Amino acid sequence: MTERLVLLALIIAAMSGVPGLLFHRNSTAGQWIAVLLSVASSSLGITGLGLFWALGDSQPITLPWRLPGAEFSVAVDGLSAIFLLPVFLISVLGNIYGLGYWNQTKHPQNGRKLRLFYGLLTAGMAVVVIARNGILFLFGWEIMALSAFFLITTEDDKKEVRNAGWIYLVATHTATLCLFAVFALLRAASGSFALVPFENHGIEPAMATTIFMLGLVGFGIKAGIMPLHVWLPSAHTVAPSHVSAVMSGVIIKMGIYGQFRLTSLLPTPPLEWGAIVLGLGAVSGVLGVAFAIAQHDLKRLLAYHSIENIGIILLGLGLALIGRSLGRADLIVLGLSGGLLHVLNHALFKSLLFLSAGSVIHGAHTREIDELGGLAKVMPWTAMCFLVGAVAICGLPPLNGFVSEFLIYLGLFGTLGQEGQVPFAGAAFAAAALALIGALAAACFVKVYGAVFLGVARSQHAQQSHESGPTMIGALSVLVACCFLIGLAPLLIVPILEMGIAAWAPDLNEKGHRIAALAPLNWITVMGLLLIATLLLVGMWLRARLRKGGVAATVTWGCGYMAPTPRIQYTSSSFAQMLVGLFGWALRPRMRQPTHMTLFPRRADFHSEVADTVLDKAILPTFRFGAWLFSWFRVFQQGNIQTYLLYIFVALIALLLWR
Amino acid sequence: MTTVIHHTIHVLLALSLPPLLLGVIAKTKAQFAGRVGPPVLQPYYDLVKLFQKGSVYSTTTTWVFRAGPVVGLVTAALAVLMIPLANSSAPVSFTGDPILFAYLLGLGRFFTASAALDTGSPFEGMGAAREVTFTCLAEPAFFLGLLVLAKLSGTLQMGTMLGAAVAHHWSSAGASLALVLVSWFIVLLVENSRIPFDDPNTHLELTMIHEVMVLDHSGPAFGMILYGASLKLFIFGALIARLIFPPTNGDPWLDWPIFVLSTLAVAVMIGVIESTMARLRMTHVPVLLVTACLFSAFGIILLVR
Repeated sequence: MTERLVLLALIIAAMSGVPGLLFHRNSTAGQWIAVLLSVASSSLGITGLGLFWALGDSQPITLPWRLPGAEFSVAVDGLSAIFLLPVFLISVLGNIYGLGYWNQTKHPQNGRKLRLFYGLLTAGMAVVVIARNGILFLFGWEIMALSAFFLITTEDDKKEVRNAGWIYLVATHTATLCLFAVFALLRAASGSFALVPFENHGIEPAMATTIFMLGLVGFGIKAGIMPLHVWLPSAHTVAPSHVSAVMSGVIIKMGIYGQFRLTSLLPTPPLEWGAIVLGLGAVSGVLGVAFAIAQHDLKRLLAYHSIENIGIILLGLGLALIGRSLGRADLIVLGLSGGLLHVLNHALFKSLLFLSAGSVIHGAHTREIDELGGLAKVMPWTAMCFLVGAVAICGLPPLNGFVSEFLIYLGLFGTLGQEGQVPFAGAAFAAAALALIGALAAACFVKVYGAVFLGVARSQHAQQSHESGPTMIGALSVLVACCFLIGLAPLLIVPILEMGIAAWAPDLNEKGHRIAALAPLNWITVMGLLLIATLLLVGMWLRARLRKGGVAATVTWGCGYMAPTPRIQYTSSSFAQMLVGLFGWALRPRMRQPTHMTLFPRRADFHSEVADTVLDKAILPTFRFGAWLFSWFRVFQQGNIQTYLLYIFVALIALLLWR
Repeated sequence: MTTVIHHTIHVLLALSLPPLLLGVIAKTKAQFAGRVGPPVLQPYYDLVKLFQKGSVYSTTTTWVFRAGPVVGLVTAALAVLMIPLANSSAPVSFTGDPILFAYLLGLGRFFTASAALDTGSPFEGMGAAREVTFTCLAEPAFFLGLLVLAKLSGTLQMGTMLGAAVAHHWSSAGASLALVLVSWFIVLLVENSRIPFDDPNTHLELTMIHEVMVLDHSGPAFGMILYGASLKLFIFGALIARLIFPPTNGDPWLDWPIFVLSTLAVAVMIGVIESTMARLRMTHVPVLLVTACLFSAFGIILLVR
């Protein structure tokens, strides 16, 4: 039943944008139909998932397909189910949000295109997750990748958008190329395109490592692992915010899904795999957040945080791989549960943040953090939702981010090894990296929240902003509720995670390795509730005290300075300055500082900017060199048909001689 | 039953003792300077006075500014329930409690710094930026130290990690523990904004960290900040005290006075450092913090080599 419901849901999702094409470009009817279809699709899909989780109901569907080697074979297992949930949840919330954010009447020229590809994207991702055949997987993958391209380039009249789309297109096809190789090699090793696990010794170690590495690159580009992330920041920035939410919350998770699926197929890995994944996770995490701190653009900053969170998820996966190599069930359980829960959590809080950022952009018409300020007064709901997302993404209790990081921490500390366990203590240093990531993320979000929502408005834009409508705030509230639910009652989500673990490592559950036995999640509930209760109590006490003692209102004390203006506020750039300096070796900030050469100060200006180091220093020079190199081949390009015929003739002769 | 009594003592002691540490530090500094100094109970008088005062709020601020002191105090108060004081189990104790402990303090810091930015004052922005920046380096040092203790004790539960066995580890892995001790002492100094990182008594706002963040708070809210800060000092002081004087005698009742004395000894130590050192240049602070990280990292390398 589950598979049928999911298939039905994805077909409806794929169709959701089609009716809109028949309506006039100024009519909102098409948008409403798309939203209704999307609601129907997601309810069906989530019902299907509910059936699967409650009853374990799964009947794989296999239909013949006329492509050679291909089979239309789909199934839902614990791993697919965890990744399907955000696909359905975030896409429907994005669609509802779009009613206010990207209303057809405001965007007549591209609204219909956006919804067509938005639906296709949802369907493509669902296909990727349930496909059990390599060809079908790639089919879904390409639908997803190409619809995402058209979504990124929604506003293709802007140069910035076309550039971002172009980089994305190059990156995603590099990824696809690697995946072609992955599935071809899988087929060479197993004899079919069916995605079924190898028996131990069913594949040569060298072959397995090649497949794993290619998968790491191919899926890693999509997931945005540092240094393969080059497409991610600009693409997330230029897309409409609800598309950014889906991209960051769901699309990049497809890369992660690929890695989870691929490693579940391959036999027991050597220790190096886990170490590599763990190392990449730590690098992505630390550098992702370091780049985020240096950004001035609200959405670009959030985009870099996606890289950071992908890093955290990889720490979980690396831990699980290490656990499998060492035969340590506890590491597998903690690593996988932490990683998978973080997939879900990141989908929730990052969508929440992107949608709140969209609400800011909708109200204030700018993404520049240093032009905003004081928005909490005019947009109280948006400010509140953003704050919840910010606390969650920093991994602070009592919200959901803490739970997944807690599980990963437990696993990382576990690599030290107790009596009778095999240690792999090098991995434990990742715990310090995770602590660094957490502290940097907190620094970054204090900066963003403070600069955007607190203090005084820094520009006209911020002064004239307004709160968003009920559809947008409604979508945000659902995500806020989910963040609190998982943060306060993590045990609710444990059965779902255990089914995911069972799909990755089938022999564990039978041996009785349970999450609840390894991690005291009940204490998280107790402490979370205690925290909220105490906060309320102390808050009420303070309120009573204030009423008794009397409250006076005045301006902020400027340490004796009598004429404060909004411009003397600490900006986000100055807030980040010390941290940017500390990470200057990686960030390479470009600064233009005023110099004082004369006795009397002249008008001076300061400019600082942190571009993507990998893109600017590695990728672009390489591509430029490639372009220069290949320009030599223009010699052969005569534009003369006789010459081309000659080439064919020469090539044929050469082939004949070669035999 | 005895557990209940011990836990009650834990809560009462943890909530009442902290301001005394501030008094002891002030007294120590006064002794060094050849002054009489304020009475050791002065912080208590200050708190009582502040809680009875009226308040002034800036018109720039929102609810976040009012929430800052509340969250700061509550998170510190909950964290204090999780650290082992005299006998080995704290009221809240489970596998992984140091992680929740560190992140609770992180939540407090998040809101204190946000409240500072809520005023729109450049000075408070400066303070907030410094606070979160230095924490980024202090947090890994703390976690690396935890790794050492987790490796030595084989658990991730603070009661056992800092339990009686620490005395035994001092003889078997003394070098590692000494490195962690130094590293955590540096963390204590930076987390509580003491010299050489920050001078709570300086007259110039431009050079402050923590004090400048709370410039605009007044009355009961400022009292909460002061009390929360003393709780935080007590928390880190207790961790250091447990590292140096682990509860080794068999009598759980005798452990309480020993613990109180050793915590006061840590406070005196802080006073001595404050009296004999100058404040570091702001740009040198990260260097010292990285050193703290490296100390702990060497501690763990010594254990797993």
